[in-house]
Amino acid sequence: MAQDHDHDDEHSELSDMELHVRALRTVLEQKGYIDPAALDVLIDTYETKIGPRNGARVVAKAWTDAAFRKWLFSDATAAIASLGYHGRQGEMIVALENTGLVHNLVVCTLCSCYPWPVLGLPPTWYKSAPYRARAVKDPRGVLADFGVQLPESVSIRVWDSTSEVRYLVIPQRPDGTEHLTVEQLADLVTRDSMIGTGLVK
Amino acid sequence: MNHADVGGREGYGAIISETESKLFHASWERMALAITLAMGATGTWTIDESRSVRERLPDYHSLSYYQLWIKGLIALLIQHGLVAEDEVAAGRMLHTARSVKRVLRAADVPAVLAKGSPTLRPANSTARFAVGARVKTLAAAVDHHTRLPAYARGKVGRIAAVYGPHVFADAQAQGLGEQPQWLYNVVFTARELWGEEGDETSTVSIDAWESYLAD
Repeated sequence: MAQDHDHDDEHSELSDMELHVRALRTVLEQKGYIDPAALDVLIDTYETKIGPRNGARVVAKAWTDAAFRKWLFSDATAAIASLGYHGRQGEMIVALENTGLVHNLVVCTLCSCYPWPVLGLPPTWYKSAPYRARAVKDPRGVLADFGVQLPESVSIRVWDSTSEVRYLVIPQRPDGTEHLTVEQLADLVTRDSMIGTGLVK
Repeated sequence: MNHADVGGREGYGAIISETESKLFHASWERMALAITLAMGATGTWTIDESRSVRERLPDYHSLSYYQLWIKGLIALLIQHGLVAEDEVAAGRMLHTARSVKRVLRAADVPAVLAKGSPTLRPANSTARFAVGARVKTLAAAVDHHTRLPAYARGKVGRIAAVYGPHVFADAQAQGLGEQPQWLYNVVFTARELWGEEGDETSTVSIDAWESYLAD
């Protein structure tokens, strides 16, 4: 199992970094390069508006709407934009179809490229060297760390996000979910299942 | 030296998972995100230039993600003459401000984020490679920012998708303009990349600009 993150200095006294970043912000404000109100809107956007629930709605629609699914796999950028998700760090999106034969796994070995309009900000592990180093060489080992065991018959396709193209994994719809609404289906879709490191609930 | 190019390398330790709701680990990280995005929106540098600066920070591997962003941001501010080192140290303005192309206003944030910075450009040439073609990646390392990872250098793969002409990251990172090139998805077998250590049925793909590839 991957370890849980138990370190949190959110409520500690002001750290050196806190003071350093505040000082930098002050300089940028005094020089007129940034609008303080814009900073609040940026933070609020990624804390409350743009996150993995967007992607979950894309997946749930792909599970329930055959025409949308077809569109998604031919032009994901347009299909996803039709739901209102587009823009920064998702200017061109490709949807990856998990099947009984192929499991897709997304990484950015060179930095932290991630489809922000549908998944929001990347988790720390996605941005960190251990995942970036191992995902391309030992994807089965990485999946095992996340508690995912795939049969040997399932091949893994790892997508290293080395350009501005962004990748979104569309996991398989679980059996026995025919009675669920689109909203209930979206609740099954985890962030990690859309990166490829996890499965749906 | 690119310290960020870690694909396939050993010795970085365990992957530490996190819940979906855990976006930040300290309040300064929120501010680091916001000032980095706001300064990016001034149009003073490109995303490729900012990646290039971060990956060359000598202490890359001892910095957390948002520490990298802040250190990279300060380097860009100084390089572009927007902020001087003594101002960073003092935490206040000591020199006259330079003019920037744009200042991101609160009311414009949704529209600016929704637009993003598309890199697709009109085609004024034809793609050299078609889906299914066998290609070999460049073998030599380069001394500037590039998006061809070390593990994929000098390897044989096949074209899996043609993504159209895109701004060439290597050129833009060096301040040489967009110089768009055809961009491809290239897939390699794990055996080609890793030899006997590679999973027998797995594949790895990268996105590669045309000049990374030969027949």
